[in-house]
Amino acid sequence: MMLLIGTNATEAHPIIGYKMRQAARRGAKMVVCDPRHIDLVDEADYWLRQKPGTDIPLLNGLMHIIIKEGLEDKKFIAERTENYEELKEIVASYTPERVAELTGVSADDLYAVARLYATTDKAMIFYTLGITEHICGTRNVMSIANLAMLTGHLGRPGTGVCPMRGQNNVQGACDMGALPNVYPGYQSVTVEANQEKFEKAWGGKIPAKVGLKIPEMFEAAHEGKVKSMYILGENPVLTDPDTNHIRAALSNLDFLVVQELFLTETAEYADVVLPAASFAECNGTFTNTERRVQRVRKAIEPIPGQANWETICQMVTRMGYPMNYESPREIWAEMASLTPSMKGINYGRLENESLQWPCPSTDHPGTPFLHAGKFTRGLGLFQPSEHIPPGEMPDEEYPFLLSTGRILYHYNVTTPYSKGISSIWDKEMAEVNPLDAEKLGLVTGSQVKVSSRRGEAITAVKVTDRVLPGVIWMSFHYTATPTNALTSHHLDPITGTGEYKVAAVKIEKI
Amino acid sequence: MEVNLVKLNINGKEVEAPQGSTILQAAELAGIEIPRLCYDPELSKMGSCRLCVVEVKGNRLLPASCVTPISPGMEVQTESPAVVEARKTILELLIANHPLDCLTCDKLGDCKLADYCYEYGVKESPYVGEKHNYAIDNSNPFIIRDLNKCILCGACVRACEEMTGQDNLSYLHRGFHRKATTAADVPYIESDCVFCGQCVAVCPTGALTEKTMAGKARRFNIDRVQTTCPFCGTGCNFDLAVKDGKVIGVLSNPEAPVNGRSLCVKGRFGWDFIYNEKRLTQPLIKKNGQFVEASWDEAFDLIALRFNEIKEKYGPDSFAALSSARCTNEENYLVQKFTRAYMGTNNVDHCART
Repeated sequence: MMLLIGTNATEAHPIIGYKMRQAARRGAKMVVCDPRHIDLVDEADYWLRQKPGTDIPLLNGLMHIIIKEGLEDKKFIAERTENYEELKEIVASYTPERVAELTGVSADDLYAVARLYATTDKAMIFYTLGITEHICGTRNVMSIANLAMLTGHLGRPGTGVCPMRGQNNVQGACDMGALPNVYPGYQSVTVEANQEKFEKAWGGKIPAKVGLKIPEMFEAAHEGKVKSMYILGENPVLTDPDTNHIRAALSNLDFLVVQELFLTETAEYADVVLPAASFAECNGTFTNTERRVQRVRKAIEPIPGQANWETICQMVTRMGYPMNYESPREIWAEMASLTPSMKGINYGRLENESLQWPCPSTDHPGTPFLHAGKFTRGLGLFQPSEHIPPGEMPDEEYPFLLSTGRILYHYNVTTPYSKGISSIWDKEMAEVNPLDAEKLGLVTGSQVKVSSRRGEAITAVKVTDRVLPGVIWMSFHYTATPTNALTSHHLDPITGTGEYKVAAVKIEKI
Repeated sequence: MEVNLVKLNINGKEVEAPQGSTILQAAELAGIEIPRLCYDPELSKMGSCRLCVVEVKGNRLLPASCVTPISPGMEVQTESPAVVEARKTILELLIANHPLDCLTCDKLGDCKLADYCYEYGVKESPYVGEKHNYAIDNSNPFIIRDLNKCILCGACVRACEEMTGQDNLSYLHRGFHRKATTAADVPYIESDCVFCGQCVAVCPTGALTEKTMAGKARRFNIDRVQTTCPFCGTGCNFDLAVKDGKVIGVLSNPEAPVNGRSLCVKGRFGWDFIYNEKRLTQPLIKKNGQFVEASWDEAFDLIALRFNEIKEKYGPDSFAALSSARCTNEENYLVQKFTRAYMGTNNVDHCART
């Protein structure tokens, strides 16, 4: 059984989506929880169409029924978890009637799905940014984990919680320590032994203080505390929430270096732009959403004359810190020697296979699923939450709810540079419900101005009942329609992830 | 799970295969290749092309080996005179209504029909009759569809339904007019096609080909470089098709651990961003608000000067680095390493949270 929540797999992760569809057609049960009528709804046994921003009540409601009907996995809870009493106490008030009221999902469907999930031996939950891009993103994820632990659906093949990671190497960038709180392999920067190990390996003095997250960096740039930045292969002006805020922060820097394929909206703010090489021009590795490390192989000579790793090494060497590597193979080897969970992975093995970390030794086959027998922290901790409403909801002035995401035909802001793809999918087609379209006098193709408290964007609309009345849904792929000029400034307080999924806007026909 | 093995005899050789195998699968296990056009290990069995026929002792017909299950003691001949004659006739019938423009066909070298005609010495067809004259579907930037070259093996129909689940292709009409096509026979661009290109990946002839590769290179003149897709986090693998130092397309690689031959529109057809004329090829330095081209040396000198100057003046935490979820592990490792070890700050992050 597959329980999908906040994940539009056939568009955002098409091959995974296609495999889900195959599984559903072979008879696996599928539940889709999504405010939009995504493609997989048509394959699903149940569609729980929750209102945007009501995932916690929905999940609490499922847990309420499971506990009420005695369908929880008592053995798993007793042996492998803690803090169950608090969970029980909090979900007690999420009665099907109350949850139906909060989420818009009928009590009958809640009962059916709760029973189905709890009583299916091999049941797996999949989620994507529909869960994390909320003010309560972390709490949403914890609620999903609670549901899986409550029913013992973890640590066995065909079970578990599967966060489908967005970009090709978002998993790998995290694994490599491109995060302000951890070295490669999630070794904390605040642990003295780690600090000593990396200082010894790399030379130099590294602080034990956690660094700034992206939104904090831009905030600090605003305040004049961060003066210089180096940005590799990112275009926050188009992809980060509240564009105007980002633009102001970048303008305030004393010195900005951007390494990029194109002169992007972000690169425009740079003092120096270094031309980057594409995936076809570099050797290296990417790590997919399953923690699977796979080779990226150079097929053609780098168009700017050198590979990205060479550019970084030369730049840093010039600054006064010698970086002399022969090849990406050598870089990987150094990283793996410092990272216990990757120690067993090397380019020799990757030549003929792909490996999922943890892979602690060269004779280790890799780890297809986590949490077998034991969680990383020991016991699984139930961390229940009350409903946390979105940071901004529609009101009289901004009566529509804007939600954003990806479409099948584009990947973020790279594919618009593909001539083939952009010759067909060349402009934003914001989704608007027929009832709203009628009120606003819109037909498919009409041009509108969408405005929020932070900015505005012009777009064409597509009239469709994929979205609920009162909701407008937009992607963020196009320079001509900078959707993130509109998105909310509210962030998840723990991760700093923006609330891309809910903002209040108004729509005017032009 | 215990698998019962069945003993049988193929071409005079004693072989074993799991119960429930077809003759074709049992032969493959024993290293004996049986010609096939409609059979595809990833798709449901259709048994329609009949090229895989074999001779089975005691059976007066020639059964299609791709759909005939094995049984104990079965005696099979895969290349007997009767089989070879039948295969030749099938090939002659197929090419009776197939343009023999192999000289300019992009698929030559990877065309099963041509390969089998070569193997069985079929040069022309004795059957003279009507030929199709379908208009070529050139409606989209990705796939050329020339149904004159279609042999109705149905692989595209099955791939669309079974690999992608898009159900965009089916059969239309009967007999000579039978066609594997979209609903109402509209061009791909007007249909529900999502341009995953699975139909192209499974097509055994030149009926469905990659538009970007048209006229660029024969398959045997292409270097294939297996790599990982640069778009979403699924981690699909494919081969970049390289000719004379240039990428000309993407080809499925059946060995891809995550996706097999399946890809999506971005992975299969979105690669051409690498040749967009807006690609930066030289460092740029902003002077008086305008970017001017610079040498790598000039760029590195300026970067070293300014980063060091600012660090000296305002301290390590005045620097921040944004690494990238689109770049390789090795590049990310280097960015966080120099930020920590040289700049002396943990101000490094990437777009995982945004």
